[in-house]
Amino acid sequence: MLYAILCYNDEDVVWSWTEAENAAVMARLGAVQDRLSAEGKLGPSLRLLPTTAATTLRKSSDPPLVIDGPFAETKEQLLGFYVLDVADLDAALEVARELGAVNPGGAYEIRPIAVYMPLDLPAHPAPRAAAP
Amino acid sequence: MTDLAWIDAALTSARPQALSALLRYFRDLDTAEEAFQDACLRALKAWPLNGPPRDPTAWLILVGRNAAIDGTRRRSRQEPLPPEELISDVDDVETPLVERLDGAHYRDDVLRLLFICCHPDLPATQQIALALRIVSGLSVRQIARAFLVGESAMEQRITRAKARIARAEVPFEAPGPAERAERLAAVAAMVYLVFNEGYSAAGGEGEGEGEARGALCDEAIRLARLLLRLFQTEPEIMGLTALMLLQHARTQARFDAEGQIVLLDDQDRSLWYPQMIAEGLALIDKAMRHRQPGPYQVQAAIAALHARSARPQDTDWPQIDRLYATLERLQPSPVITLNRAVAVSKVAGPQAALELIEPLETRLSGYFHFHGLRGALLLQLGRGEAARTAFDRAIALANTAAEAANIRLHLDRLIRDSAPGGAARAAQ
Repeated sequence: MLYAILCYNDEDVVWSWTEAENAAVMARLGAVQDRLSAEGKLGPSLRLLPTTAATTLRKSSDPPLVIDGPFAETKEQLLGFYVLDVADLDAALEVARELGAVNPGGAYEIRPIAVYMPLDLPAHPAPRAAAP
Repeated sequence: MTDLAWIDAALTSARPQALSALLRYFRDLDTAEEAFQDACLRALKAWPLNGPPRDPTAWLILVGRNAAIDGTRRRSRQEPLPPEELISDVDDVETPLVERLDGAHYRDDVLRLLFICCHPDLPATQQIALALRIVSGLSVRQIARAFLVGESAMEQRITRAKARIARAEVPFEAPGPAERAERLAAVAAMVYLVFNEGYSAAGGEGEGEGEARGALCDEAIRLARLLLRLFQTEPEIMGLTALMLLQHARTQARFDAEGQIVLLDDQDRSLWYPQMIAEGLALIDKAMRHRQPGPYQVQAAIAALHARSARPQDTDWPQIDRLYATLERLQPSPVITLNRAVAVSKVAGPQAALELIEPLETRLSGYFHFHGLRGALLLQLGRGEAARTAFDRAIALANTAAEAANIRLHLDRLIRDSAPGGAARAAQ
């Protein structure tokens, strides 16, 4: 079974770490991740920039509405996510609009990625499911 | 991270919101500060036992408020005249408080708390000291170290500034849109002052002092992120945050092992902190979509062009020159023209840059950077003697030892090159 682990913490605290504190945490995590990866258990992992860097595309309005800031409603739940490699926020929003056009309702939060570790899982019969 | 370290960080990060909510409630800064202090002491006892609360800020506000009311009640039994207004509206505030604690609700509270520190009667240094003490909760000792003054002198300065703002009477009603925008602009300027105070000497002087001042940069960024969370659609707040992140990302590269300034062109760019750069670039990207250029955004866009250049020779100087031209229009100032001259020297050569800054001489004659840049341009033009005079002026006006040392480096090179045989070496 594939699992995603979603990481929650107080971003105020985490983003006030000094470079040295941050490096220490990343080094500790790196050791665990290396082992898990060698065991074939760990796929890609990433760290997001703070919510202040987020933009939200509200797909429930027509046309979709671009809002500064993170997704803040509580009546919807996190169902999945995409990782994009595009030039800038405008290009990311363009992709989000394209996806939203065929899957309206809810919202996409577009959050820049701070750290991306593209580890590969061994070939795995991934579960086939509907789009999030 | 240990429990206590976590609690300490949580208390620090909750402080602006909790304190400003308590200020709205008690309408008196000293009472609010005492209440917050009290709540922190209780948190240090309760949280390690019961685990941290789900919303530390809301917890601190409730506990702080109750503690202060208890204290008032206790004192009122001994005092002949109870301050009725502090007690009368307890019950109607109690219940809905927790539900109302979202970003929108803190917004005007936090803005007010920051705004009272920007009182126009207070000189910049006092505004900064006050904000660091009240909003950030730095100790008087930490602030004194950052300003390189004694603790008692700083204590006095803060006490005087507090007395000044106590008389100022910032209204407690929610501000209208125009008033809010005005407050936000004043607060943004004050946050940038805090940053510059830290930036201007970070890493220089004695090692401990450099650290103490570097902490001011971190603090300014924390305040800017807080503002941005509360005012998510303000492009200038995005710009301000981006600007400080992009400048602060270079801290490790700005000074060498001896504490000497390393100029942008000579910096080891691998020492720039990539995470801060990523955040700064993302924010400026977000701000640009609003198409409402402002001084912070333009300055951040300039810093972003430097951050995006892997090597100094990759820098897009023509674009930087255009951005400085925009900045001159938005915020005319001889200092901005001076900065633009650096870009002009790269695009059109030292002679064009020198012509741009010569007319500024009367206004900037007391400014270190004017003479430093003028000397460097004259040097590039081969006018050694004139360059030397300019460098001498710059040294006399240097604010820090590192600034003076940097100019001395140019002077040494001049003296070496003007020695017999030196000119030939320099020409090669």
